Amino acid sequence: MSVLDMTIAAALDALAAKTVSAVELTEAHVAAVEALNPRLNAFITTTPELALEQARAADDARAKGEAPALAGIPIAMKDLFCTEGVRTTAGSKILEPFVPPYESTVSARLKAAGAVMLGKANLDEFAMGSSNITSGYGPVENPWQRADGAKLTPGGSSGGSAAAVAARMAMGATGTDTGGSIRQPAAFSGIAGIKPTYGRCSRFGIIAFASSLDQAGPMARTVEDCAILLREMSGFDPKDSTSAERAVPDFRAACGRGVKGLRIGIPAEYRVEGMPREIEKLWQDGIDWLRREGAEIVDVSLPHTKYGLPVYYIVAPAEASSNLARYDGVRFGARIEGKDLIDLYERTRAAGFGAEVKRRIMIGTYVLSAGYYDAYYLKAQKVRALILRDFQEAFGKVDALLTPTAPSAAFALGEKMDDPVTMYLNDVFTVPASLAGVPGMSVPAGLDAAGLPLGLQVLGRHFDEETVFAVSSVLERAAGFAHRPGVIAGGAA
Amino acid sequence: MSLDHATVRRIAKLARIRLDEDEVPRLAGELNAILGYVEQLAEVDVEGVAPLSGGAQMALRMREDAVTDGQYPDRVLANAPERIGDFFAVPKVVE
Repeated sequence: MSVLDMTIAAALDALAAKTVSAVELTEAHVAAVEALNPRLNAFITTTPELALEQARAADDARAKGEAPALAGIPIAMKDLFCTEGVRTTAGSKILEPFVPPYESTVSARLKAAGAVMLGKANLDEFAMGSSNITSGYGPVENPWQRADGAKLTPGGSSGGSAAAVAARMAMGATGTDTGGSIRQPAAFSGIAGIKPTYGRCSRFGIIAFASSLDQAGPMARTVEDCAILLREMSGFDPKDSTSAERAVPDFRAACGRGVKGLRIGIPAEYRVEGMPREIEKLWQDGIDWLRREGAEIVDVSLPHTKYGLPVYYIVAPAEASSNLARYDGVRFGARIEGKDLIDLYERTRAAGFGAEVKRRIMIGTYVLSAGYYDAYYLKAQKVRALILRDFQEAFGKVDALLTPTAPSAAFALGEKMDDPVTMYLNDVFTVPASLAGVPGMSVPAGLDAAGLPLGLQVLGRHFDEETVFAVSSVLERAAGFAHRPGVIAGGAA
Repeated sequence: MSLDHATVRRIAKLARIRLDEDEVPRLAGELNAILGYVEQLAEVDVEGVAPLSGGAQMALRMREDAVTDGQYPDRVLANAPERIGDFFAVPKVVE
């Protein structure tokens, strides 16, 4: 087996047994990035020299018996995490010249754990999108292929991270999830990804989109690998005002717990009209797998589910319009000169932001403006409270929820682009958990008739990622998903 | 509620985004589609419901009101498009 096919768990064992070195592992991945990135565009910036330097340091540390938890594991870093001395763009032209003078807490933790950074992964501009087409650095191509040969989206916004992991260019990656940006691309790319509970991973140094929703999490090819990465990414950080002061559990150990005696809720409202039969069937397979392993299946209701998207498309743009006010061409980023200061602001922002970002800033500005605040923003916050209440009531009866991750498989670049609302519908199953702040994981569980991966989503109680990992592991084992994408490092499947 | 062109121009002004006149009709159409979609929230009864502003189920922490960081102007200014000494520079705003 090529080292590129190894899981993180297996690679850590091989590194510990000295059957492979961090430098060998990294050289193989650097070569994979060089071979595939020109086609897939999964990375905006690659950092091969840095990666090899970190790999050598990992090997040295291991030789001294001091290897930290992830020493020598090559990963991709979503280009939304500020990395000291390495350009960080958020997928936006307005940050094209930006080299952060500081490191995000999550990337600093991974660095301290010995992870090797291969580069900065492509994303929708400021993480606003579900297809990666809004990136200012070109779209990412999904390594999975459809029979008609159309280029597919890897999903978004963490689409570069998902494509890199699926194509074996990286063993794992960081993502961020504001309304589904880890879970939906994981599903579209046939990998696993978890959005932990809001507050589990520090937001410090992650370029802000919607601060009450933004949450970092790992993406990898197995549930266990996500658990290994999440443990290193998590933990209290005084530099983030909403960081949770909670101990970080051993997520990896939770993967082996099984589901015997657990109550799993099936929310009626996720059975939406027009859902493809294959997704309906996969969901039923998931129910059967969990029941067979000893879980009790319980029908539950989350009555405000359908209002999740409209709430999200008020709350997220409102917060974005405020967060993105900082891009003014004065303190950092690109600048377009103007005849006076206001003109400089307006020209800088017109040139620096893409169409989707401008739309969201303008929607946000409108719903927060005098005379409309109560009708839109305040109303949305109240419905958000009802969505949280739905989850709290459901989690009074069950330990976890099982749903599909997305209402379709990956679509082609260019499809669903006619109007913004059609694109927003991608996030119908992922947005409610973001609004409520509960953890959610996508597990690759099957293929559709076109041979494209589909994911199942497991949602858990606040700060109960352990149960999410336990349920996800059982689904993963039962599904036995061993399919590989058509475009893959080291040759065809 | 439907946005007319004058409102679109006003929002762009508030958001400090320069719009070309030929972008206004397209944007008005897109923004109205989004506002039309979120309109369905009107049917939800929120009588007596307290608004939820955040995802964290916790009160914000307080810390000592003290300076804990700083004293590195070169790092702070390293990304400035234009600087004069230890200051960010902008076009003249006062005649």
